[in-house]
Amino acid sequence: MSEQTLPAALPPIPAAAPTPTRTGRAGRRPPRARVVIAAIALYAALIAIALVYIYPFLVQVATSFKTDADATAAPVSLIPNPWSFAAYDKLFANSDFPLWFLNSAIVTVCVTLGRVFFVSLAGYALARLHFRGRATVFAVVVGVMAVPGVVLLIPKFLVLNQLGLYNTYIGMILPLLVDAAGVFIMKNFFESIPVSVEEQARIDGAGTFRIFWSVVLPMARPALITIVILSFQGSWNELAHFIVSASNPALTTLTKGVASLAAGALGSGNQYPLKLAAALIMTIPVAVMFFIFQRRIMNASEGAVKE
Amino acid sequence: MSATASQAKPSAREATRHPAGIRKGERLAGWLFVLPVILILGVFLFIPVLMALWVSFSDWSGRGSPLAPGVGFIGLENYADITTGGGLAESNFGTSLRNNAWYVILVVPLQTALSLLLAVLVSRQILRGRGFFRTAFYFPSVTSSVAITVLWLFLFSTTGVVNQIIAWFGATGPNWFNEPRGLVHLALEGVGVTTPPPALTAGGFLGITWWDWIAGPSVAMFALILMAIFTTSGTFMLLFMAAIQSIDPSLAEAAMVDGANAWQRFWRVTLPQLRPALFTVLTLGLIGCWQVFDQIYTGTQGAPGNTTLTPAYLSYQAGFQDQKWGDGAAIAFILFLIIIAFTLLQRWVLRDKPVSRRRMRAYLPGRVTPGEAPTGAATQGEAAPAASAESKKGAAS
Repeated sequence: MSEQTLPAALPPIPAAAPTPTRTGRAGRRPPRARVVIAAIALYAALIAIALVYIYPFLVQVATSFKTDADATAAPVSLIPNPWSFAAYDKLFANSDFPLWFLNSAIVTVCVTLGRVFFVSLAGYALARLHFRGRATVFAVVVGVMAVPGVVLLIPKFLVLNQLGLYNTYIGMILPLLVDAAGVFIMKNFFESIPVSVEEQARIDGAGTFRIFWSVVLPMARPALITIVILSFQGSWNELAHFIVSASNPALTTLTKGVASLAAGALGSGNQYPLKLAAALIMTIPVAVMFFIFQRRIMNASEGAVKE
Repeated sequence: MSATASQAKPSAREATRHPAGIRKGERLAGWLFVLPVILILGVFLFIPVLMALWVSFSDWSGRGSPLAPGVGFIGLENYADITTGGGLAESNFGTSLRNNAWYVILVVPLQTALSLLLAVLVSRQILRGRGFFRTAFYFPSVTSSVAITVLWLFLFSTTGVVNQIIAWFGATGPNWFNEPRGLVHLALEGVGVTTPPPALTAGGFLGITWWDWIAGPSVAMFALILMAIFTTSGTFMLLFMAAIQSIDPSLAEAAMVDGANAWQRFWRVTLPQLRPALFTVLTLGLIGCWQVFDQIYTGTQGAPGNTTLTPAYLSYQAGFQDQKWGDGAAIAFILFLIIIAFTLLQRWVLRDKPVSRRRMRAYLPGRVTPGEAPTGAATQGEAAPAASAESKKGAAS
């Protein structure tokens, strides 16, 4: 299409026009030296910005191995002097940190598995199955996406308390099991795969759930991975819901626990190495997830704008 | 949407093949499949909202169930308490709105501009190592707000990294998270205005004076503003990058052939094409910025001097700490209305304005349907190259 739009009178122009090697029509292109300077400026700007984005995390790693005194005296340095593992010792041997980690892991695994299942079930029904009220259900799901989460802090507590689910794992997990945006993503995906495959299975006598489970779901792998990433990241990083669904220390998750550390829960003083080590360990699972599925994450976010 | 069209045929065929039986089963399956989602949304979203609405009109003190017979209906008293009560509840609410408004005013434009800049830089065709830069800019977005806040408390502590770097330049950094003075007040102080004009201290709104409304974000809040820009720019960069990639390259080529320089091409060709992405980013930014909670809970708890108090945190504090559940629920609902109002306002401001007939005739004689014109021609004004390219595009399709 882009070929046709160019007027016939003009010579074809290469797509990557401003590269120094391809000099098109003389006089229209900036001279070579200017292009080189522009390229240097581009790299300089990008590297400077990248430094600002990366350096805080490098400092975080370094500081977690420093002593409290060193962290205060030489905050910018990336080399601990002396090296100290006191922060990690204290976190793992003398605090509830392992328990917080375990709680976060339990909740995240349950939420992720549950969400993938429920969200794809609903997405499939909304994309493929014909039933009365389908349009209404979909409208409700879209409407729910617009409800801001923090507005629900008190409301959620009220219901969990009323149902006797306050201070239980169920109360922490159940409300997170459904994500309207996930339903939306799965519905869009199921609409994009051809119906013919399901038709064939249906002719062979498979029931609706069987078609969904063994025919359609395996084809939905890319979308499912997107849901897994979003759910994992969302529930691992969730703070507000855990604040309003439990107060029992045995049910503290990492986010809540580390937030209490930030407020000085483990003794006096700045304790920056301790706090930064805790925040660092908390970041590792999502960081690993991010680097494994990097390409997918980038594409998933890109897809969001295209509809 | 095209899926429904392709779907209609097979299902009609199937209906004739298996009369009623499968259709009925499908109907049942459909409801069974959406049932878990409906149930959970109902129990943990709709019922909570209704219950909180009741609590916001009641005198429930936190003991027992809010639905118990002893709890009384007190009408708009809670709402009046936080908006006209004249007490601490009102001035706290006013302060939290002031703080969050400044947060929005600074974060939304800055994060949008920065993410657009990053997207444009990273999308440059000559760039090598694009993956590295994209990863570097996006990484802060995947970390939790709690972890980032902890890191930020360290970076911006009195003896932290930021102040150390400021010291290299011979200046002394502020005591970031303990500095309640507002940036506008500090700037005014810089030009010699130390005492507020009486006109601004005489009146006020929501329990705080006009002078305090214009104080600007406190230094502490400013550190949180920088954090918000740092953590969200990567996500929005990806949205812009996707939009940039989907722009027809022939548009920029046509503009280039017609002699537009890079600056003109960006403002008159690229940017108008990014309008939908811009709308998405502004809307998401605006919605997110009115929901500041995690950072305050983890980092400052509203301190110093209530200058980092936000409505979301105040709502939590009123309920869970002060046991004023009615006030807390009322704040949450007002916040909800604010967010909806801003989203609608923005939708209205950024709506596609119909292109004027004169312009349409000037550039695109009889070629373009009104629906197509606004994104291209109307916003570009006198940019002839882009408009002509647009008309060719219209002709080709």
